[in-house]
Amino acid sequence: MDRMIHFKIKRQDGPNSPPYWEEFKMPYAPQHNCISALMYLREHPVNIKGQRVAPVVWESNCMEEVCGACTMLVNGVPRQACAALVDELEQPIRLEPLTKFPVIRDLLVDRQKMFDGLIQVKAWVPLDGSQDIHLHAPRISPVEQSLRYIFSRCMTCGCCMEVCPQYHDGSPFVGPAPLGQVALHNAHPTGGFFKADRLHAIMGPGGITDCGNAQNCVKVCPKDIPLTEAIGALGRQTTVQWLRDLLM
Amino acid sequence: MAKQSVIVVGGGLGGLWAALRLAEAGVSVDLFSLFPVKRSHSCCAQGGINAVLDIKGQHDSVEQHITDTIKGGDYLADQPPIKTMCEEAPGLIRTYDRMGVTFSRTPEGIMDQRLFGGVKNKRTCFAGATTGAQLLYSIDEQIRFHEAEGRVRKFEFWEFLSLVLDEQGVCRGLVALNLRSMKVEAFRADAVILATGGAGLIWGRSTMSTNCTGAAASRVYQQGAKFANGEFTQFHPTAMKGHDKLRLMSEACRGEGGRIWVPRKAGDTRAGRDIPEDERFYFLEEWYPTYGNTVPRDVASRAIVRATRHMGLGVRGQEIVYLDLTHKPREFLKNRLGGILEMYETFAGVDPYTNPMEVFPSMHYTMGGLWVSYEKDGHTGGMVRAHPRNHATSIPGLYACGECDFGYHGANRLGANSLLSASFSGRVAGDAVAAYIKSLKSATEKTPQGVFDAERRRQEEFNQAILARTGGENASTLHRQLGELMSEHVFVERDNAGLDKALAGIAELKERAKNIALDDQSGWANQLLPWARQVQDMLVLSEVMTKCARLRDECRGSHYKAEFELKQPAGKFAGDPEYEEYTAKWKANNEKWLKHSIATHTPAGPQVEYWPIEASVMAPEKPRDYR
Repeated sequence: MDRMIHFKIKRQDGPNSPPYWEEFKMPYAPQHNCISALMYLREHPVNIKGQRVAPVVWESNCMEEVCGACTMLVNGVPRQACAALVDELEQPIRLEPLTKFPVIRDLLVDRQKMFDGLIQVKAWVPLDGSQDIHLHAPRISPVEQSLRYIFSRCMTCGCCMEVCPQYHDGSPFVGPAPLGQVALHNAHPTGGFFKADRLHAIMGPGGITDCGNAQNCVKVCPKDIPLTEAIGALGRQTTVQWLRDLLM
Repeated sequence: MAKQSVIVVGGGLGGLWAALRLAEAGVSVDLFSLFPVKRSHSCCAQGGINAVLDIKGQHDSVEQHITDTIKGGDYLADQPPIKTMCEEAPGLIRTYDRMGVTFSRTPEGIMDQRLFGGVKNKRTCFAGATTGAQLLYSIDEQIRFHEAEGRVRKFEFWEFLSLVLDEQGVCRGLVALNLRSMKVEAFRADAVILATGGAGLIWGRSTMSTNCTGAAASRVYQQGAKFANGEFTQFHPTAMKGHDKLRLMSEACRGEGGRIWVPRKAGDTRAGRDIPEDERFYFLEEWYPTYGNTVPRDVASRAIVRATRHMGLGVRGQEIVYLDLTHKPREFLKNRLGGILEMYETFAGVDPYTNPMEVFPSMHYTMGGLWVSYEKDGHTGGMVRAHPRNHATSIPGLYACGECDFGYHGANRLGANSLLSASFSGRVAGDAVAAYIKSLKSATEKTPQGVFDAERRRQEEFNQAILARTGGENASTLHRQLGELMSEHVFVERDNAGLDKALAGIAELKERAKNIALDDQSGWANQLLPWARQVQDMLVLSEVMTKCARLRDECRGSHYKAEFELKQPAGKFAGDPEYEEYTAKWKANNEKWLKHSIATHTPAGPQVEYWPIEASVMAPEKPRDYR
């Protein structure tokens, strides 16, 4: 038999339907990734039993690991499926939806609460309007720039949230990704003017003290964002902020 | 009058800038997007954004930026908007800087600039090699602030289906599909801004994201909006090959010193890094000594096709050339281009620090798009600020900005001008719409509900007809075949016989598309239904692009037909009689062809007419010459 690519995909017809596994085989071609394979299966949606079925539902966009859309579990590991090359994966390749977010259908999940987290921690640099004020931001050293750049690569994909033991349905914890964004914005020369607001946003329940220091987040971040370092530093800053609040 | 509201469709740089300006003006904004706006295709832009800061002692000037942009586009773009864009670019960059964009810095802590194609000065601001993502994130954050304040409502995972036009043909809102519940709903708005990006998916595979189908632009075109310069699409010279996507390797690679070459010996089987220096053919440097590897993209793509298809010198006999950075220090490359070199390594499985990268031209950008107007300032020669005519389409109340409009780039876009035009045009469109809705004589709240219900029903019936069909055509198959057709006949080099074949092929695909049936009848998160509609709409737009290409018998920017090429006399320059003769011929050709092609939808296909361009800033006196 010709060489095939074998997929085992966890499917779910809707938010309240039971999940089930379905297997697919497709002809091998070099340089396939999991999304290009799903595209092939969209055109040829025949499962391993030879039944023509509804194609798998998934989310993707950039196909180059910068938009974060296609995050799912690939052989149990949360990552961008577009950058998961078939040639480097053990088969059958297992595709599952992220488990920390509500499943919409098949591999498509609802990550809205990550974006809500960004509002909660006020992840922006406040501006007095977007008009040109004929001034740049204050000077930023190349060293500071490269530190901030690492954090600004976060694409809100959800890998770190997926592996965080403290981040789940029953917990108010905001999760590692928004905390990284606090570090990013507090380190900006004018964003730092509002450091206290962001620190206050992560001082209460669901904030920084909910981090259990499992250190899983840094291991799966596709952009190598040093989340645990940020969380450590924020922990110290919130303590200082707490003392400062007492004296106010 | 009740509080006015505006709908923005699309949340890349253009849409978010428009939404931001409106929110700041106190207008409520409903922002529609197929996905969370942070994932928009703007995040794929790599190399940078142009603005004259003149920090490298090169005496760069705004005038030079204007000149480079006009000539880069082979004079086809209207010039007043270009003038204002280039003048306002430094201010726009300062705002981005204030928003916290992590621009790369000089040792003094100011924004660094690098070289890009089609220019001689370092004019491109950048944030590593993920500039688009960094810009997008910063404005996404600003919008999130306005969302928290209740000024912006997001409708993510909604697909725009059609405009709601009142009896006078004024746009009063839109009909959209909820991509989860599959419900079709009509929404009221005092104006709609379309910022839905390019149409790379028409070529099947391109450097674009999988949602860049051009369907939204096609839908408003089918409702009467004019589509301009459809034949002008940019083929980026350096993209990686792939099943699903042709991944971009930024022009910044060449701006930072990357060299394009092929082995001198046809069919050389050695690995690129084992081929000695004197057996490498650096054809861009040889053919264009002045600009070398940083000639504009249309020039570079044609040269690559010449070296591979015509001279047979492609790597291993294939349609591949080398993009070589291996002579540059690793640390330098990591700092300046790390993001994309990582991507190359991930997808090619080869280390680009020690091996030349393998690339080929790919569909990359649609210069053409929805026709939009502007109000010229008779005094400055630029655009009038905050004028309701700026970025207005031919449908009253509908505006367009970003890649889905046709402005700024003419027949070819310069590298790093797209992040600029997306941001700038979004800002202009936002300001224009704020002015437009103030001037509205009758508010949309007065438009009868029946107008909205009728359009919603029309869309529902359309969907039901597709869902009810069984055993028909597969949308993905049609899409793949469309891509093959476009990639073969509507590519870097075109000829009329091929374009006729493409038109015949598209007509056949359009017929078959009437019979699309779905493998999924689910009423929940059904992705095949919107996909089937997108494929149908791509076919309509592909016909516009191909027909305009068929009709334009000349070479201009990205549009090249060998049969009609005015050859630059080799070794001759301005002042030489042969060159002057060439210039005279070029001017005579401009008389006929230096015009916008304007397509109007009819049931029988696009009707094309030609409108004059406005060359009030810089008259087309000198042909482009990058030698």
